[in-house]
Amino acid sequence: MAKAILFDAFRCTGCRGCQVACKQWNDLPAEDTHNTGSYQNPPRVSAETWLVMQFREVENGDGVTWAFGRHACMHCLHPACVSACPVGALYKTDDGPVLYHDDRCIGCRYCMLACPFEIPTFQWDQGLFEGPEIKKCTFCIDRLSAGMEPACVHTCPSGALMYGERDELIAVAEGRIREHPERYLDHVYGKDEAGGTSVLYISPVPFEELGLPELGSAPIQENTEDIMTKATPAVLVGMLIGLGGIYWVVKRRQEMMGKNGGSGRQGDREASS
Amino acid sequence: MIGRITLRRPPISPAWVVLGALIFLALVVAMIRYASGLGTISNLNDNYGWGLWISFDLLCGVALASGAFITASIVYLFGGEQYRPLLRPAILTGFLGYLMVILALLVDLGRPERIWFLLIFWNHHSVMFEVGWCVMLYTFVLALEFSPLVFERFGLEAPRRLIHALIIPLAIAGATLSTLHQSSLGSLYVILPDQLHKIWYTPLLPLMFWLTAVAVGPAMVILESTISSRVFRRGLELDLLGGLARVIPFILAAYIAVKIGDLAGSGELGLLTEWDLESGLFWLEMIGFVALPMVLFSLPAVRQSSAWLMFSAFLVVSEVILSRFAVGLIAIGRPEFAASYVPHPLEFAVTIGIVSAGVAAFGLVARYLPLFTEQVAGSAAE
Repeated sequence: MAKAILFDAFRCTGCRGCQVACKQWNDLPAEDTHNTGSYQNPPRVSAETWLVMQFREVENGDGVTWAFGRHACMHCLHPACVSACPVGALYKTDDGPVLYHDDRCIGCRYCMLACPFEIPTFQWDQGLFEGPEIKKCTFCIDRLSAGMEPACVHTCPSGALMYGERDELIAVAEGRIREHPERYLDHVYGKDEAGGTSVLYISPVPFEELGLPELGSAPIQENTEDIMTKATPAVLVGMLIGLGGIYWVVKRRQEMMGKNGGSGRQGDREASS
Repeated sequence: MIGRITLRRPPISPAWVVLGALIFLALVVAMIRYASGLGTISNLNDNYGWGLWISFDLLCGVALASGAFITASIVYLFGGEQYRPLLRPAILTGFLGYLMVILALLVDLGRPERIWFLLIFWNHHSVMFEVGWCVMLYTFVLALEFSPLVFERFGLEAPRRLIHALIIPLAIAGATLSTLHQSSLGSLYVILPDQLHKIWYTPLLPLMFWLTAVAVGPAMVILESTISSRVFRRGLELDLLGGLARVIPFILAAYIAVKIGDLAGSGELGLLTEWDLESGLFWLEMIGFVALPMVLFSLPAVRQSSAWLMFSAFLVVSEVILSRFAVGLIAIGRPEFAASYVPHPLEFAVTIGIVSAGVAAFGLVARYLPLFTEQVAGSAAE
């Protein structure tokens, strides 16, 4: 069954233990950072930081409150990055994680464009001999396959992160909202967004304050896959038959007209229509 | 006549020195990039994974190379035999255009040595898969369509006849492959339903890209012919260019109709009067680069003047450049934490070097291969 992570923004204290645990477990080097006027540091995920806690100040009627957003791979049920990858270097596993074959990637970076969460990142400082790769959260697949929970969940001191079966976590999330409607907005982000994700959010503040985009329930790649599987074959066959037909008709007409150049104009009009 | 005397000696004029220097600079930049990564020579970053090279070298480059398939279709398939004098330069421009696109990709791809993985690892859901395959196959078609120049130059009669026998299937394949990938460059951005600005986002992007590529094909032939007639001091087939120019307004009209119809259909016409960057770009494109050349190309006086033809063609080329940059770079929403992106000077150096290589190659072919003359046997046969 598909695994998932539930992030409860009400319980999060913004300690960034998850961000550090992720770095530690995955052996990621420190990043050169500078003060951007926010606790959020570094400003976004990168090849060396796969999980970033976002810090925002939100007005809540009688003052300002913190909003802590967890920014890392959502491991979508219908991942746009997987659909976009021309060589199948990114793939979705039945257990939930979206993973990456580094030995297939050609470095086109279309996955980075396709992802609505801005997650895949690239090793900009690697030359031809190092071989740059796409980097992102792996759902701690190495820990999962050893029966452990992801490092970020394992380290969370306040119970803001929870790991488990996706269905069960949705039930937990909805249970918390029912129990404490004063704490949470009545929505589980990721249950339906972009066709569903393996990271679920419940929050006291609007989800865009956690840095999450407003998405519909259709998979991001719905239209491109329609174009690829329906329109493209139709255009291919239609063009071959249509162009062959035009050539045949034009040639016949020229033969019948005794081959003068007069039919050229006619051909041009056909080209434009 | 002067050209004939210097035929066997490598011509060294200031233009060649400048082109050579620009090509050399791009080569050096590429070496630095291969040694120490894309970040060293570009301002590309995790928010702007695609920058100048994808918008200009790939999107504009492929679109501006469409003159080859348009002209080949007119001459071979639509019975426009009288346009044959324009064919060889158009094929060459297209062929060099695609080679330039591939050169740019060899700089832009993270793992350029793996570009051939597209052949063995297939994900047929990916638009990039289709783009890669069609560009590869069509470059091969263009190489075949170009090859008679080489065969003629060296008197290789047998292979020249073989290509001549295959020319109709090649023209059909070329037009089909071009339609597929010209449109699928637009489809690439259909995967941005939430990020691309609503003025540009539509599932019809592939149709928009195809229509503008078809419109700019004749415009590029006009530009290339008028420029090369001045550079190489040869005659200009003004009546033929005027004939090509007649079709452009029809295609541009179709583009406007689809564009406005699509915005009206999705109820987003109101966005056009918000007077922000995006609506400004839209109006600049529609009035300056679509409506204006439509009117100009419809006027007989314009079609009979090489300077006016050139200017109007330049407007259509600008339309393609503006629309490709809008979709590929400007109108894509970025997250609030995103760093901005302005192309690094060395990114421009790569692009300029590649364009210089294309110009130099055109000049060399014009000098050493029968570019503007075709064997009588070739044109007389069916």
